[in-house]
Amino acid sequence: MSLSRWLAVVVSVAVLAVGVAACGSSSEGGGSGELSGQIAGAGSSAQQAAQEAWIANFENENSGVTISYDPVGSGGGREQFIAGGTAYGGSDTPLNEDEGELKGAMERCKPGELVEIPDYISPIAIVYNLPGVEGLQLSPDTLAAIFNQEITSWDDKAIAADNPGVELPSTRIVPVNRSDESGTTENFTDYLYKVAPEVWTHEPSGDWPVKGGEAAQGTSGVVEAVNAGEGAIGYADASQAGELGVAKIKVGSEYVGPTAEAAAKILEESPEDREISKGKDVFAFELDRKTESQGTYPIVLVSSLMACTKYDSSGEAAIVKAYLEYAISPEGQEAAAENAGSAPLSDSLREQIMPAVEAIETGS
Amino acid sequence: MKATGVSPLAAAGPRRRWGDRVFSNLALAAGVTILALLAGVALFLVIESLPAIGAAPSELPDGKSLVDYIAPLAFGTVLAAAIAILLAVPLAVAVALFITHVAPRRIVGALSFLVDLLAAIPSIIYGLWGIFVLGPAAVPAMRWLEENLGFLPFFQGPASVTGRTMLVAGLVLTVMILPIVSAVCREVFSQTPRKLQEGALALGATRWEMIRMTVLPFGRSSIVGGAMLGLGRALGETMAVTIILSVSGIVTFNLISQANPSTIAANIALDFPESSGLAVNTLIASGLVLFAITLVTNLAARAIVARGPAR
Repeated sequence: MSLSRWLAVVVSVAVLAVGVAACGSSSEGGGSGELSGQIAGAGSSAQQAAQEAWIANFENENSGVTISYDPVGSGGGREQFIAGGTAYGGSDTPLNEDEGELKGAMERCKPGELVEIPDYISPIAIVYNLPGVEGLQLSPDTLAAIFNQEITSWDDKAIAADNPGVELPSTRIVPVNRSDESGTTENFTDYLYKVAPEVWTHEPSGDWPVKGGEAAQGTSGVVEAVNAGEGAIGYADASQAGELGVAKIKVGSEYVGPTAEAAAKILEESPEDREISKGKDVFAFELDRKTESQGTYPIVLVSSLMACTKYDSSGEAAIVKAYLEYAISPEGQEAAAENAGSAPLSDSLREQIMPAVEAIETGS
Repeated sequence: MKATGVSPLAAAGPRRRWGDRVFSNLALAAGVTILALLAGVALFLVIESLPAIGAAPSELPDGKSLVDYIAPLAFGTVLAAAIAILLAVPLAVAVALFITHVAPRRIVGALSFLVDLLAAIPSIIYGLWGIFVLGPAAVPAMRWLEENLGFLPFFQGPASVTGRTMLVAGLVLTVMILPIVSAVCREVFSQTPRKLQEGALALGATRWEMIRMTVLPFGRSSIVGGAMLGLGRALGETMAVTIILSVSGIVTFNLISQANPSTIAANIALDFPESSGLAVNTLIASGLVLFAITLVTNLAARAIVARGPAR
């Protein structure tokens, strides 16, 4: 090997070492460093980027631990968790009684209890492509009418009323929706259903209910379609909006954009859903989409983690507990915000749900 | 497999040789494996779809009956494949004729290689090409179709502004199935008996007349066979259609609007990740329908091919 080759090797090793050290110091993940073993999780693909960041940081801190997260989707995540195939799961909708899933999950956790906590809040942005129009403002009824294909032109009176002084072109409106079933669609339709019930009469559903719109696969597909089509408007995770225009939505008397703070605030405004929150360690929130509280952005996706308070081995329980603690910790939420563009949980919410994580019994 | 027992090789000695026995058993095993695999897939599809077939419409996704759920999907599947086959077969035949009878000898090798290379491109790449390149490029063309041929149901419009339409999906499928159809045609066209071709030319036929009188009739059944192979691929193509098509679950012949019927395979890819319980069974039931459609297509192809070349 020539000298220059050797040099290259030495330099790259050095760079790698520095990089690893930097990673290590930047993440103060939970755990004492004594944990070892492996656990598997599966579920919501919305959480994928956040889970990847958590796993990378957590494994850095706890070298003996291997965690995997399979982003099969919320449905698959719930199914695998209930069947006992995974130690923890992620789901965009809380477990409910409709298909016996809540009961199944409680059964799975016996003799322990089911743990369910929100861990991931992602604002859903209304993105649009209308050259020359910046800072579009929309009231819920107008938004619903646009996506219900009742308003078909950008210079419609309803849109003009929301945007005084803005010159709107007569471009045709092309509403873009997700073609795959998704938690994002479910949360967006839930918002429309609750806030604009007179215009939006479709039940909330992960499958887009209105026919005839432009449809694209995944968040990236929707963003690409809106990018490509002048006059297009769609909904997508706020972190993926990129260069597109992002509309502000009317809440109370003001118009609010999908910022992290505004999105995280919705959980503080929302009462716990005691219909679903039957176990003491199950925190499911009935999102108060109709809130008029200042600075709150109501179109959000809240994803949850599912786990049990008891596991067959105390080693497994210890890893799950430490991992969940890290995920909802300020550091974990910060890592998710950086990697996935999510909105960090507020301190008060963290205090509220912490007992559920602490309820996990690690034996001894 | 039975035939090996009376093959000349085996008949030569008093006992069958060791190598022959191994070979015939291996061949038998391979044949049985194919059948077992097919039967296994069919069985899986049937068993897993039974819950959906027996369920009441209100329990199924969208609250529609199974037939109402699958029919638009089957329609979209057949429509996309039909566009692809209508465009790909003439093109593939022309390409094959060019390579075998028109092109200068020194570019034949390179040209065949390039056409075959189309088959090596992963379908997800075709999908990305469709949304980023072909779709936007097709928008002006689709506007023109709407304005000038809008009286036809196919081009009613309003033309999509993003280009993610059934027409574009069909065009991408066309490119995807082109190599297989043209490879089959090429193989047979090049085997057209020399004396037939020379005879036609000697009688004063032009090159086109020679091709029409000898090459095409000789290759007819293979064209059909190749087309059916391509059709099979177009029917089942998943990734490219999933990415490109703006699906809306409706039944329409309008090829250039933003509202298109989905295809069975694309619909499974789109909805499976977030499905659980009966919704999964419903998707598998739609897969069973696709399986049946492909089976019928292939049987039809075999019938046509078997009847064809006698003359």
